Amino acid sequence: MSPTGIAVAVLQVILTIAVAPLLVGMMRVIRARLEGRVGAPIRQPWRDLRKLLRKQRMVSQNTGVVFSIAPLVLLASAALVAGIVPFLSTTSALDQVGDLFAIVYLLLLGTVFLSLAGLDAGTAFGGMGSSREMTIAAIAEPTLLVAIFALSVSTGSSNLGAIVADTLANPSKAASPASMLAFSALAVVTIAETGRIPVDNPSTHLELTMIHEAMILEYSGPDLALVELAAHLRLVVFLGLLANLFFPWGIATTAQPLHLLAAAGAVTVKLIVLAAVIAAAEVFIAKVRLFRVPELLAASFVLAFLAVTVSFFLV
Amino acid sequence: MSTTRFVQLLDLAAGLVLVTSFAALWLRRLVTVTWVIALQGVALAAVALVIGAYEHETELVLIALMVGVLRGVVLPGLILRAVRAGDEHREVESLINVPAALLAASGLTLVAYATTRDVVALSSTPQVRALPLGIAVMLIGMLLIVTRRKAVLQIMGVLMLDNGIALVMFLGTSGVPLAVELGIASDVLLAMFILQVLTTRIRTKFGGTDLDQLRELRD
Repeated sequence: MSPTGIAVAVLQVILTIAVAPLLVGMMRVIRARLEGRVGAPIRQPWRDLRKLLRKQRMVSQNTGVVFSIAPLVLLASAALVAGIVPFLSTTSALDQVGDLFAIVYLLLLGTVFLSLAGLDAGTAFGGMGSSREMTIAAIAEPTLLVAIFALSVSTGSSNLGAIVADTLANPSKAASPASMLAFSALAVVTIAETGRIPVDNPSTHLELTMIHEAMILEYSGPDLALVELAAHLRLVVFLGLLANLFFPWGIATTAQPLHLLAAAGAVTVKLIVLAAVIAAAEVFIAKVRLFRVPELLAASFVLAFLAVTVSFFLV
Repeated sequence: MSTTRFVQLLDLAAGLVLVTSFAALWLRRLVTVTWVIALQGVALAAVALVIGAYEHETELVLIALMVGVLRGVVLPGLILRAVRAGDEHREVESLINVPAALLAASGLTLVAYATTRDVVALSSTPQVRALPLGIAVMLIGMLLIVTRRKAVLQIMGVLMLDNGIALVMFLGTSGVPLAVELGIASDVLLAMFILQVLTTRIRTKFGGTDLDQLRELRD
């Protein structure tokens, strides 16, 4: 574990935490403009977080320890993944543990704790949200695993840094059928896991449809700030995975400050493009009925499965 | 065309044929499924076109154009007319639900790969390595025929089955003589006409093409 590697990992965590709320703010502005509204400024999510952090912490007497530690686990797991995933450089200090299985289950850890917290308070909405979240997670997590696994087959390693470096070395890999199938599967999972529109609507508290908002209904003050920040962070982590696994150009292969700066610029541009595409697409599509969501996810699982089959047999 | 580019384009086109057959199982609106079948026909033509261009065979390029017109435009057009003519429910009704159908289709894809291992081992050309895709499309076409209730969808299943056979033919033989391909094409066209006439007659006689209700004829 070299000091520069540690520096890269810390830098990645700080940068993603700083950028995440701004990216969410940008997505909200794009949606508002396309809908003909002015919308809140881009830094509004940061202001919301600051406001929530100043407020008093209110916890129901009926809640247990899971309710208190869930925001911390959620944020910590998301931040750890942000440090591992090759955003800036393929030489992060945590690269040895940068295994695709580790990433997927760290992300799942946060999902599980949030669902438990939703159940902990004992309210009807929280339990409903948790049950829905688990319905989605049960299909989304294997899809995520299988989709990234399809990429790792041709690389011969399940290390994310190695996969990214391999795609950098062979650019034609990015256009192979396996990679395209895996990309579409991962895109659906990203939308499902981050609670964007065809699966969940992030901007409403409508009881019939909400998933993520139902689970965090009991949180307030600093706890809510942590949960919100973790949700923003997960969005950036998923978009960053999507961007750098399939379009790794611009990522630094060394830990030199100049290369890192260029890589930070490149990954920011990629994140902005992806977020803008998602935000714009959300204006034009309607939310899928909850009972149709497993169909959508089953289709993405099949795509991921085909990606693995194709990369085993064709290449 | 360089060999790596050829392999990529071939894999892409053959992969698209397979993905469209999954999409046909997944989608619900009859009109959309028809469009997907048309896309599959175009992808099939692209497979023939890529092989023809790589091996500099003008005959295969001609066949590709013919396949594209027939399976991408004419046959889906016929099906679209049948779909529009029926004023019945526009949504797909299936005997098994969509996730189960998709999982069954992925199982069939594995079966296709498993059963063709010996054939693929015979030759190492990229065409032969993509051959299991054609078998998989055939099997998924059969699944479509077995699980769907509407006669129109079963016609689509027959077309998909035939697309799979054509894909195996292009990949396995690098193209057949034009005369044979013409014979197959007229055969398929004729079968489609007969099936369409049959569907129309079922509809005028019984007011719908739900094949489950036809069981009552036995009594």
